[in-house]
Amino acid sequence: MSILVDRETRVICQGITGRAGLFHSQQCREYGTPIVGGVTPGKGGTEIDGFAVFNTVQQAVEKTGANASLVFVPPPFCGDAILEAADAGIQLIVAITEGIPVRDMIRVADGLANSESRLVGPNCPGVITPGIAKIGIMPGYIHQPGTVGLISRSGTLTYEAAWQLGNIGLGQSTCVGIGGDPIIGTNFLDLLELFQNDPETEAILMIGEIGGNAEEQAADYIKQHVTKPVAGFIAGRTAPPGKRMGHAGAIISGGSGTAADKISALQAAGVVVAESPADMGAAVKRAIDQSK
Amino acid sequence: MKIHEYQAKQLLAAAKVAIPRGIVAKTPDEAADAFHELGGEIAVVKSQIHAGGRGKGRFKEHPDQAGVVLVRSADEARDNASRMLGSTLVTIQSGPEGKQVNTLYVEAGLDIARELYLGVVVDRETQGPVLIMSSEGGMEIEEVAQESPEKILSEPFDGEAGLFPYQARKLAFALGLDGPAARSAEKFLPAVSRFFLDSDCSMTEVNPLVVSKAGELLALDAKVSFDDNALYRHPSFLELRDLNEEDESEVRAGEAGLSYVNLDGNIGCLVNGAGLAMSTMDLIKLHGGEPANFLDVGGGANVDQVTEAFRIILSDSNVKAVLVNIFGGIMKCDTIVEALLGAYEKVGFNVPLVVRLEGTNVDLARKMLSESGRDIVTATDLTDAAQKVVATLN
Repeated sequence: MSILVDRETRVICQGITGRAGLFHSQQCREYGTPIVGGVTPGKGGTEIDGFAVFNTVQQAVEKTGANASLVFVPPPFCGDAILEAADAGIQLIVAITEGIPVRDMIRVADGLANSESRLVGPNCPGVITPGIAKIGIMPGYIHQPGTVGLISRSGTLTYEAAWQLGNIGLGQSTCVGIGGDPIIGTNFLDLLELFQNDPETEAILMIGEIGGNAEEQAADYIKQHVTKPVAGFIAGRTAPPGKRMGHAGAIISGGSGTAADKISALQAAGVVVAESPADMGAAVKRAIDQSK
Repeated sequence: MKIHEYQAKQLLAAAKVAIPRGIVAKTPDEAADAFHELGGEIAVVKSQIHAGGRGKGRFKEHPDQAGVVLVRSADEARDNASRMLGSTLVTIQSGPEGKQVNTLYVEAGLDIARELYLGVVVDRETQGPVLIMSSEGGMEIEEVAQESPEKILSEPFDGEAGLFPYQARKLAFALGLDGPAARSAEKFLPAVSRFFLDSDCSMTEVNPLVVSKAGELLALDAKVSFDDNALYRHPSFLELRDLNEEDESEVRAGEAGLSYVNLDGNIGCLVNGAGLAMSTMDLIKLHGGEPANFLDVGGGANVDQVTEAFRIILSDSNVKAVLVNIFGGIMKCDTIVEALLGAYEKVGFNVPLVVRLEGTNVDLARKMLSESGRDIVTATDLTDAAQKVVATLN
């Protein structure tokens, strides 16, 4: 078992006729993900590179039995597309789109509060269970099947971590990019719980960054509920306060959300924290060794 | 995007949030006229720059001149304005270089009974907007949060309906407002909340929010910033942007779709992805260097964007070496190398260059580098890259 994705997963792509939507649907299909079609309003009934296109998510679900969606819809319409997927009963919604207005995400968060659907992202690389399926934009070949569960707020830093893990022979059970926006769907706590309960995951790597207090909350959760070895890394140790570093989330204000606070919270929870971004893979190894 | 106080107040007034009467002045004479027009015995002349701490700030050219002054005559308004306009105001938030003051806001004096704090932001935890208030008007909220967190009241509110009147009453009574002030709060607080939502703000701060002796709530200061991702819904806000307030390189980068922040060090960085870019800065510091910038070329940048990125990095005269760190996903490594080699022709490298590549099309990209005949240092991993770039400076 892995988390979120398994052999029953059937994926549609919302925004499949766009440049990024089509390219990544092809990439995911090549990786072995069952991409069963796509949605672009107004283009229903057509086909693009072998993918059936539907007008609505509901039609796509009825015709294909899809239970997951990869969302590439442009920012102004993306919040609505996420709600549409939830309304159609899609269980796993992975939103890659960057730049969704925060107010739209407030609406999405409200809409999903009473729904069975799980949102990953937005503004994230997606989800991959190496060797089974990828629902996202990460390069497939850097990920090897294995037993490390990887959770990250950052995209390319996730690739770096997976690559470092692979270099020392540690594959991943599932890797999830949760995204760097102020309002996201699935968070550290949700995934820590899933990985803790997943028999195929033996260790967890969580990659955080400055801003907000998600890492502090994760540290609390780990202390109370996680028995598996956990390693961590926090990006942005040297970022100056008050400056926004790319991600909407990555800003230190008024002394809260600093890397130092997050690192000490994680360490207090028994997490092995990587000193440098070059040390993420090795930190997982140390965490595993320590627990033996 | 941030805007000036006077612009924020004009928008707030249009949204039925009470503000003191005020007039914009761009010349000393206009400041004097504004005093007359306001007609009171006192007025306040306020420098318009985006940085806070203006009242305690002083001008480089006139070390005794404060950024905000109380005046009692038109002549006094004119005198002060003549020292303020065109001069450079340095505040705790402006950085040591300060900001040139090009606009003043002249405001009618008020009979103030109390000063409160009000701010609206989006709360990650409740995943919605939250109104924050405190009895400590005029103080930075972060300071209050550290020294006396019990004085901070926060009220999450609905992202569609806005703040309900009962929530406003709850806050008002908790702050000890009564009579006309409580009734005024019942209008003022929902109006600010509505403004925050309707304008797609990332922050609306009224500090201080004053209670006049007549029991009316007024926004004495106002700080508003907008969610950049939602600006397309508010084309009129774009006219409020003041490029004088922004770093020139950051503006250029923004136009090219790049995320760039200018820093004080001498090692230029070009990285894809915000997390990896921050980590690259951390790593440079760990190995004894100082990053000159944060630069995220993003996921799907093309050759032109990457070329512009090199141009921006190299235009910073502090840059003594450049580190390129790419983990190709959507971004292909060969795109970076193509732009990099093109930059030798188009921009001209005059500093050492260290390149670390991994990910999509890395073999092709490495071959292009080695066949280029350029003097480029390649690195195998993050540590190697950081050590090599720091070593070029010694």
